[in-house]
Amino acid sequence: MHLVYPAVLAALLFCVGLYGVLARRNSILVLMSVELMLNAVNLNLVAFDVWLRDALHGGQALTLFTITIAAAEIGIGLSIVLLVFRNRGTADVDRLTDLVDSLAHGTDNASDDGRDTVRNADGKAAA
Amino acid sequence: MSLAAAASQGFLSPSGVEIAFVLVGIATLGAAVVSVTTKQLVHAALWLVVALGGLAVEYLLLTAEFIAWVQVLIYVGSVVVLLLFGLMLTKAPIGRSPDADSGNRWAALAVAVAAAATLVTVVIDAFRSTWLDLDGAVQGSAEVTGISLFRHWVLPFEALSVLLLAALVGAIVLSRINRGRER
Amino acid sequence: MTVTLAVLVPLLPFLGGVAGLLLGRVAPGYARPLAVLPTLFSLALAVTVLARQGSGQAINAATQLTPTGAQPIDLSIHLDGFATLPAVLVGVVASCVQIYSTGYLRDDPRYPSYAALVSLFTSAMLLVVYSGDLIVLLVGWEIMGICSYFLVGHYWETEAARSASIKAFLVTKLGDVPFLFGIFALADDAGTFRIQGVLDAARTGHIHHPTLIALLLLGGVAGKSAQFPLHTWLPDAMAGPTPVSALIHAATMVAAGVYLVARLLPVFLLSSAALAVLAVMAAVTMIGSALCALAQDDIKRVLAYSTIGQLGYMTGALAVGDRGAAMFHLLTHGAFKALLFLGAGVVIHAAGTNSLTAMSRMSDLRRRIPDAFWTMTVGLAALAALFPFSGFFSKEAVLRAAETAAEGHLHHVPSAIGWTVLVAGLLTAMLTAAYATRLWLRTFMGSAAPARPTAAEAPTAGEAGSGPDVEPVPEHTHEPAAMRWPLWVLFIPALGLGTAVGVLPDYFDGGSLSPTLITSVLGMGLALVGILVTYAAWRAATEAHLRAHVAAVNAALDTDAAATEAIAVGARRSVEVPDPADPGQILLGPLHGPAAHGFHLDAVYYTLFVRPVLGAASLVRFLDRDVVETYVRGAGLAPRLLGTVVRRAQTGNVQTYLSALLAGAVVLAVLVAVGA
Repeated sequence: MHLVYPAVLAALLFCVGLYGVLARRNSILVLMSVELMLNAVNLNLVAFDVWLRDALHGGQALTLFTITIAAAEIGIGLSIVLLVFRNRGTADVDRLTDLVDSLAHGTDNASDDGRDTVRNADGKAAA
Repeated sequence: MSLAAAASQGFLSPSGVEIAFVLVGIATLGAAVVSVTTKQLVHAALWLVVALGGLAVEYLLLTAEFIAWVQVLIYVGSVVVLLLFGLMLTKAPIGRSPDADSGNRWAALAVAVAAAATLVTVVIDAFRSTWLDLDGAVQGSAEVTGISLFRHWVLPFEALSVLLLAALVGAIVLSRINRGRER
Repeated sequence: MTVTLAVLVPLLPFLGGVAGLLLGRVAPGYARPLAVLPTLFSLALAVTVLARQGSGQAINAATQLTPTGAQPIDLSIHLDGFATLPAVLVGVVASCVQIYSTGYLRDDPRYPSYAALVSLFTSAMLLVVYSGDLIVLLVGWEIMGICSYFLVGHYWETEAARSASIKAFLVTKLGDVPFLFGIFALADDAGTFRIQGVLDAARTGHIHHPTLIALLLLGGVAGKSAQFPLHTWLPDAMAGPTPVSALIHAATMVAAGVYLVARLLPVFLLSSAALAVLAVMAAVTMIGSALCALAQDDIKRVLAYSTIGQLGYMTGALAVGDRGAAMFHLLTHGAFKALLFLGAGVVIHAAGTNSLTAMSRMSDLRRRIPDAFWTMTVGLAALAALFPFSGFFSKEAVLRAAETAAEGHLHHVPSAIGWTVLVAGLLTAMLTAAYATRLWLRTFMGSAAPARPTAAEAPTAGEAGSGPDVEPVPEHTHEPAAMRWPLWVLFIPALGLGTAVGVLPDYFDGGSLSPTLITSVLGMGLALVGILVTYAAWRAATEAHLRAHVAAVNAALDTDAAATEAIAVGARRSVEVPDPADPGQILLGPLHGPAAHGFHLDAVYYTLFVRPVLGAASLVRFLDRDVVETYVRGAGLAPRLLGTVVRRAQTGNVQTYLSALLAGAVVLAVLVAVGA
């Protein structure tokens, strides 16, 4: 079989996952897209392992490890999202904007008024 | 997608395995695309199941059986279930939600298409004349994988178990509701 | 042994001064002993060194201080008559001044730092005197300059003292720059910084640029010794406390320039041009300063101008190649001028003013302060060079040297130089006698106006003058003992130092210093003429203007001496009105106005130097503020604008950041791929 088939499929899957990560609003959907990207990598690993006929089967072993780590990652990621949701009442990525430069954009995070004024004062002092 | 379709036309001695691989690949890719574009959040998770299952079939076609089953067990069996639970716990709306995509959509599309173009160009350019030999000894049976895993990769394997334990504890600590402190 | 003692001489006041500076704030009680005792010990040691050294062979001791790559700098001592005698003078005057200051600045809160600075100054002067190395000498020279700056500005609350201290510092530094280059050029020619080495080189003819070196050195000498044209700082420096004027601006520091020329005279003798410059400088300084002294109203400014004139005598003696006479005059002048200044301090304290006009309205000054009266009388007689006081002998020594040169007996000194110095010296002798007489008459022979004086004078001079039975303010019947006894100590050398005329040549170059008949007769005659003319003019002026009113400003008399002077310094400008009863005005005629203002040299300097410098400064300020700073501001503004733009990118949205990051990664990958 031509190696280009799995390689191109992996590349395209990766880019689809990339689009999901960048475009999705719900953070759980972002996590799903991350899974897609990981799987694309896994496909590459398996394909190259088969191609090289590695005596140690490094590609397949690594794939197994990646799957395991992905499982751990999804567990931790989900609990973080849950925590954020519990604290903020939302899990939307584009509303978690505490890193915004409030001087340039104004305050758009109503739940953080107090902290924003403190940051405003700091920003003015620094400017 | 059109590239993969073009490849399926078969310009290089298309074998049965290749044809099957390309077809399944198209299905997988389509499921993935739908998964990242659908407006219904729960559907996205279900389309993800399709995409991951398609990948498991691809693994089988690449003679990596053990990994294929692991893929089905862990991803389809647990990860997607976890994701669904997550969606429910965060009160994701059932049905079409018009704001499923953020305002960053067009930038994301541009980046993704550019990355895809670059990667596909590079990959095709690099592996234009490389073939896989699938006819020899089976590469990924449970026996072969088990031997290599427990002969050469024991130490990483054990370290991974510690990592899993840590993730387990971490997830519990993060997600439990500390009522005593809140009140 | 002698060397060890000599090292201790400058070291003791230095340690005392440092300890005074460190302890002044913590333990003010120690300030007085720390000021007086090291100076007294140092004096005793200096006398011991003089006695042990005697007129014997010069002692040289040196240890290398630092190699410089070219000529090394040595920590060396050069002991001969030119070092040991002035050291004793410095010790005597410094001791007297320190003791006097304990009384004079009794209640001054800044006394500890004042005393420490005086100690430091004493140490620096002794270092200059003993040092055998030009660089070490320069160190002492500059320490003296900075101490002078601080001490002149002691009453820094007054504008006059502040500007005077800055002026003194700047003008002397102006001279020090060529001085420094002169030392370098001299060391380059001689191959060493050691004075002994320089003198050997001068004797063997290894100094290749004597005129250049001598003229450069003369810059520093003119600045330090207040010779024309750099003399303008000295009269203003009288804004400092009187003891400081006595020590620094009369007896010691201003003599350092003369001392240096005396030490390096063989170098100067190699260049007739330098000697001619020195002679002209001396002549102009002598006559000009004597005329100015005759017109001054401030008692301390009279003394300051007289100091300039007497230093002119010394440079005149040096110009005719007789350093023995110059050093002799330095010694006697140091003694009687210190005496005069300390006496003037007492007078100012008692009169509550430093204006001669105001003093001439007080009839009882000589009764209230008899110590100052008698000692100052002798001091003025010495200044006027009357026989048999010390000034007579030293001045005759100078005149004799000038006469010898004028007759052409010295092959390395042209006779024209001798004539210049001789004529100027004789003329100045007459003028000196005139202003000394004027000072004495105006200060001590004043007569109170019979009419009731103005309200300002009422509590002091008026009542005191109305009759012997009315007691003046009781605090002024007696000065503190610490202010009286130094006068009598200095009285002795002022009176009797002339008797040393037979011994001194052994300590110096050996040429006789005793007066000759012609110059004695001429000098004494001219001095007597000056005295008599002044007396006549004074009589005439007093008769004519007995009742002339004067707006004298008297300080409140219940303060201590230093505070009185501080007030007087601040009020000096307001009492500078011409007094018709002034004999100086009759004698000088139309010259009086210019002379009272130092012939407007300050105004000339202001036009020539100060104004261009100020213009350049404002130009530089314009360039700095409006040109250079524009770039600086632009350099700040551009990043700020850029920052405002870039700040828009800080949306806080992680996906935006990630998009930018990955887009960058793609671009890089494409670039790498294309490049490969």
